[in-house]
Amino acid sequence: MTTLDTASVGQTNTLAYKYHAFMSRRASLMPTFAAIAILVLLFVGAEIFLRGDFITPRNISALLLDNAPLLVLAVGMTFVIITAGIDLSVGSVMAFTGIWLAKLLGDGVSAAIAIPLVLVGGALVGMLIGVLVQYFDVQPFIASLAGLFLARGLAYVVSLSSIKVENDAVLWLQSTRWSAGGWYITPTGIIALLVVVIGAFVMHFTRFGRTIYAIGGNEQSARLMGLNIARTKVAVYVISGVCAGLAGLLLTAYSGAGYPRNGIGTELDAIAAVVIGGTLLTGGRGYVLGSMVGVFVFGAINTVINFMGAEQSWTRIIVGLLLLLFIVVQRAIVARAERRG
Amino acid sequence: MVVEPGPRLDNGDVDQARPLLELTGATVRFGADAAIDSVDFRMFPGEVHSLMGENGAGKSTLIKAITGVLPLNEGVLTLDGEELRLSNPVDAQRAGISTVYQEIELLPNVSVAENIALGREPRRLGMIDAKEMRRQASRVLHELGLDIDPASLLGSHSVAVQQLVAIARAISADLRVLVLDEPTSSLDVDEVAELFRVIRELKQRGVAILFVSHFLDQVYEICDRVTVLRDGKLVGEYLTRELLRIDLVHKMLGHKEAELKERNRPAASDIEDAEPLLSARGVTHAPRIRDANIDIYEGRVLGVAGLLGSGRTELARAVTGVDHLHTGVIVVSGAQQDFTSPRKALNKGIAYSSENRRTEGIVAELSVLENIVLAVQADRGIWHRMPPARQRELAQSWVEALGIRPADLDRPAGTLSGGNQQKVLLARLLALAPRLLVLDEPTRGIDIGAKVEIQNLVSELADNGLSVIFISAELEEVLRVSDRVAVLRDGRIVDTLDAADTTVDAVLALVARPSSDEEDEALT
Repeated sequence: MTTLDTASVGQTNTLAYKYHAFMSRRASLMPTFAAIAILVLLFVGAEIFLRGDFITPRNISALLLDNAPLLVLAVGMTFVIITAGIDLSVGSVMAFTGIWLAKLLGDGVSAAIAIPLVLVGGALVGMLIGVLVQYFDVQPFIASLAGLFLARGLAYVVSLSSIKVENDAVLWLQSTRWSAGGWYITPTGIIALLVVVIGAFVMHFTRFGRTIYAIGGNEQSARLMGLNIARTKVAVYVISGVCAGLAGLLLTAYSGAGYPRNGIGTELDAIAAVVIGGTLLTGGRGYVLGSMVGVFVFGAINTVINFMGAEQSWTRIIVGLLLLLFIVVQRAIVARAERRG
Repeated sequence: MVVEPGPRLDNGDVDQARPLLELTGATVRFGADAAIDSVDFRMFPGEVHSLMGENGAGKSTLIKAITGVLPLNEGVLTLDGEELRLSNPVDAQRAGISTVYQEIELLPNVSVAENIALGREPRRLGMIDAKEMRRQASRVLHELGLDIDPASLLGSHSVAVQQLVAIARAISADLRVLVLDEPTSSLDVDEVAELFRVIRELKQRGVAILFVSHFLDQVYEICDRVTVLRDGKLVGEYLTRELLRIDLVHKMLGHKEAELKERNRPAASDIEDAEPLLSARGVTHAPRIRDANIDIYEGRVLGVAGLLGSGRTELARAVTGVDHLHTGVIVVSGAQQDFTSPRKALNKGIAYSSENRRTEGIVAELSVLENIVLAVQADRGIWHRMPPARQRELAQSWVEALGIRPADLDRPAGTLSGGNQQKVLLARLLALAPRLLVLDEPTRGIDIGAKVEIQNLVSELADNGLSVIFISAELEEVLRVSDRVAVLRDGRIVDTLDAADTTVDAVLALVARPSSDEEDEALT
């Protein structure tokens, strides 16, 4: 049967043929490639502009450290968006789990109990949204907006002001730096990268992951194919909730305190990173690794603006323009696909 | 009588074989109405069976009953002698009953191999074994004679290939009954031939196939047996080879005859003198339509014949301002026009009805009334809202004039049958009092009775002075309705004929002639 494989795939080895075969298989990777190109351009541009002061091990290591919570949020968001849903609650859930964790630790609860507890808290908010979406047929936008208000309110219920964290285990996540040369990585960074790896694995090598793509492609068809739609759709919101809970932990470790006003608008940053990374808001196409690239583009723009000493508002403007660009590129890709179909 | 089981059944003997699938006394009700009423239906292994009937006869309900989409209110479904109780399509698939729908129910965003394997992917250590999955897909595709890369995205292939992939998905499981619901409605001649080759192959394997199509030719080409339904009741089951076409049509329509009105064809000589209402010269919208010349006279019907992809739709879109001309001139009543939008064409009295009734025509959620007044209201602008009583009067008059059934103005248009939706669309355009109506496949996917009504309607309209461009894949229909027929091939008008003096075979010869013949002709 291998002969068949080669017969149908490798008839010719010309470059044009290879390009064609690649495009027919991986056309949806193009926006992600564009994101990688932009990331490279950003780095090279900043390096030239700042006369060799930008691409340093320290800066790149800091990029992961500073954006670890956003990265975790973006992974969860990717799951949801590929089913053609959206989760607006993640910024608030991150704030809620962060402040709740700080409160629990302050009350003397051990980290081994407090951390699983806040993750379950995130999962429950996610499950609520998932159940609303799946069984009550509520628009994901509205259901997760309810989740946003709920989680933000819960954060204020826990505390109206910031709570400092003195738990060694949690502070260890941030303060430990394993370094080699000028490079370093913290446990928070490792957790974020692990989430990316697990996310990508689940997406591509499990039936659950392929069902997520199927739902995004055409939910009705996926149902007719006998896939378990209900369970999968609730599960993606639970995953997003758990990721938001984990991001709460990372953020609390990062800032050394829980604060109920954390993460206002962060859900939008996460969505922006996912879209820049090449995931289609209409569902069905996208990659977890792309979202990671998106987060780094987002983070790099922030860093560049910082270095240039410009106003932070410029970050928003540039991210806004990039988003526009990506949405237009994606539209073009989808339009091309429709013309063919 | 000894009946040979196994994959190779002689079709002469199947009558004696045991039916693979049998439905007895099936009744499905919606509220008080029975969509099908104690219908018996059976399918034999290795046989292609067709289900015929007008829209509303209960065909789709019966299909839904045997594929688990709708539950039976009464009656028994058996597969291989065992009773089946299906509560959803997945149950049916598990039992070996697969369906390939008219609108392809696959996923454009994942690979061909995954579309075939989804839900039953080969796994190793709990992970999907992508290599094995592609290998299996490649084997099934090969069996169907389809040489495509299993790793390519489904959406990168043509509709015909996607349909074959849907069949590949069905046969890669344990397939016993395959239901093909209008599989050929969007395929061209070659693709249909390819599909039929696959159907014959499946027949050899002993699969029972239900082939539902509006195309009589195809039914007669591929089907062994026909079950006819009318008004939810069984008319009878017949062997195709023993049933004359005319008898089949009579059985489908019942006592109402498919009466065809003859066009009052004006003499061709009249046309010579008159000035054309619309005259197009050198119309080009590369690469689909090149250098097309057409003339349309008042009160005449110009038919456009050609295969799918020959440029017939592009021609219609070009003269109605939907697509911009690359080159070419359009003259209406002696004045040159620059149609940059359908609105400009509408202002000159040129209305276009798209071939995609569902996506570019009917607004399914709006009522019949709202659908009919839509264009008139848009024409008046939002500041000149038509009073509700006037709207109702207008819509009512069109519903009566065109015989739209049910004559309920407030019913959502999406719940009407295809033929009646088409009439609602016609009413919408006619309410604008156009001078030229461009109808792109107005009879596609509607039953024979409604087809005839639409054809008669077009003839009447033309007799009343309206000009019509009538595009259809069915040549008989084009010839019947039109005064003149423009024959398209590969984006060029190869000839324009008088409909009265030509035959389907003559047009077919033009359509099917390979381009190289023409060059030879030019040389000699």
